[in-house]
Amino acid sequence: MPGISDFFESVREPWTLEFMQRGLIAVALVGIVSAVVGSFVILKGMAFIGDALPHASFGGVAAAFALGGNLYLGGAIAAVITALLIGFISRRAGVKYDTAIGIIFVGAFALGILIVSRQSGYQVDLFSFVFGNVLAVGWDDVWLIAVVGGLVLVAIAAFYKELLFIAYDPSMAAASGLPVAALQYGLLALLALTTVIALQTVGIVLVVAMLVTPAATAQVLVRRLPWMMALGALIGVVSAVTGLYIAYYGDVSASAAIVLTATGLFLAAFLLAPQRGLIIGRVPQP
Amino acid sequence: MAKTPEPPNGYALDAKGVWAGYNGHAALEGVSFRIEPGCLAGLVGPNGSGKSTLLRVILGLHKPWRGEVHVFGDRSPPQTRLGYMPQSEVVDWSFPVTASDVVLMGRYGRLGLLRRPRQHDRDVAMQALERVRMADRARRRIGELSGGEQRRVLVARALAQEADVLLLDEPFAGLDATSQHDILELFAGLARDGKTLFVATHDLSCVAACFDHAVFLNRKVVAFGRLADVLNEEVLTATFERHLLLLNVEGKIYAGHQ
Repeated sequence: MPGISDFFESVREPWTLEFMQRGLIAVALVGIVSAVVGSFVILKGMAFIGDALPHASFGGVAAAFALGGNLYLGGAIAAVITALLIGFISRRAGVKYDTAIGIIFVGAFALGILIVSRQSGYQVDLFSFVFGNVLAVGWDDVWLIAVVGGLVLVAIAAFYKELLFIAYDPSMAAASGLPVAALQYGLLALLALTTVIALQTVGIVLVVAMLVTPAATAQVLVRRLPWMMALGALIGVVSAVTGLYIAYYGDVSASAAIVLTATGLFLAAFLLAPQRGLIIGRVPQP
Repeated sequence: MAKTPEPPNGYALDAKGVWAGYNGHAALEGVSFRIEPGCLAGLVGPNGSGKSTLLRVILGLHKPWRGEVHVFGDRSPPQTRLGYMPQSEVVDWSFPVTASDVVLMGRYGRLGLLRRPRQHDRDVAMQALERVRMADRARRRIGELSGGEQRRVLVARALAQEADVLLLDEPFAGLDATSQHDILELFAGLARDGKTLFVATHDLSCVAACFDHAVFLNRKVVAFGRLADVLNEEVLTATFERHLLLLNVEGKIYAGHQ
């Protein structure tokens, strides 16, 4: 049956190309790590900072570019400094948390624009950080994503009990003697690292979608945090694969296709979830 | 007020001249009182009287300006001696955790960093759930439980801490009469088991119904001691800054408005 073999051929075809393989591995890894970290982001109401850190990292990326340094390292330094500054300012200056975020990240982003405006000509490398360029990811990028993402996952597994406790009930966690402030800073640092490895695959503007959307989709469907992380990771990977197919055959931006796939999966879960969905959830449960 | 000799192991709670507040405004003004071990004690006062601040000072979450609270004679008690139940309204009930997950958190303080709960911790958590008659709801997501059931899960978490002194912040607020009665009965049973319960509440009827001791607080301690000794209209008027009536119906005391 030629029809079916044609179909399988078109399913297989994109992955015969090395740049597609690299892109898939990179964005799948990013999807997994983002969903695990993103579970804490949405449960703690940190979506705004999840959007702020990638923007702030642009200041570091641009500075590293101007100085001829490693772009990831520059972005990571800027993101971690921003995360710690936000935590510090909201603790000490009596400014609300989201106000501190608004002040700091826009400042760092503006610094990036300032630096870029001094460079001669448009820099393709830099713009792949802004809008994402999954298909330009090299093997060294894949390794970096794997190592940093692996470290983030190991840290979360090691401190899972503590992170769960401070996310759920910080005052009780403090009363039990846990170092709440240190753990909160640690979570911010992990979030900063996650946003940096997501930068080149989906771009500054869309990183927050990888953090928030798959985890939120999972939250609608399952009742415990470990399952929310696991299902969120799976949804992240499914979005990555589907988005890359759409990009390959539709000749559209891969990062946009990946994010829109995740958005579509969320809407499907929102409407059709067995217990809390808008449509099926209305049917009385036995 | 009858003088009782100091208990052999010291008072469960002994507050000595505690001053505390926020941004220069005093919430507690020289608070001193003593609570005997193994009793069900109320911390009674209107909203804004400093009840939550006092609990936070006892837990070590808020540093007092002056004064200190001793727990069984200890100036800085190990955190394992104090169990805590926060106000229900500060708990995130939409969080994706089950009742047994929440109760197991009561063990985390004892476990310390990086160590995972063992079978013993799971057993203690399960026993705590059984004690509050929630064992059959252990695997339910907390958001699916009723208000009274949620409150009992929080009590079970405090029990899982295996602490001698339980500090409970407004455990009756927002509950219907039946659930309030269930919780009260549970507290009385825990006090009979030897736990000391210090229960912050603005609900006088619950305190009058079955508490042994009470501290009446309105930034200062208006009175403390055995309920029979301190529950009178003068104390209530000073605590709540309005006139309240006490009714004695067949040996049970009820408090109410005029």
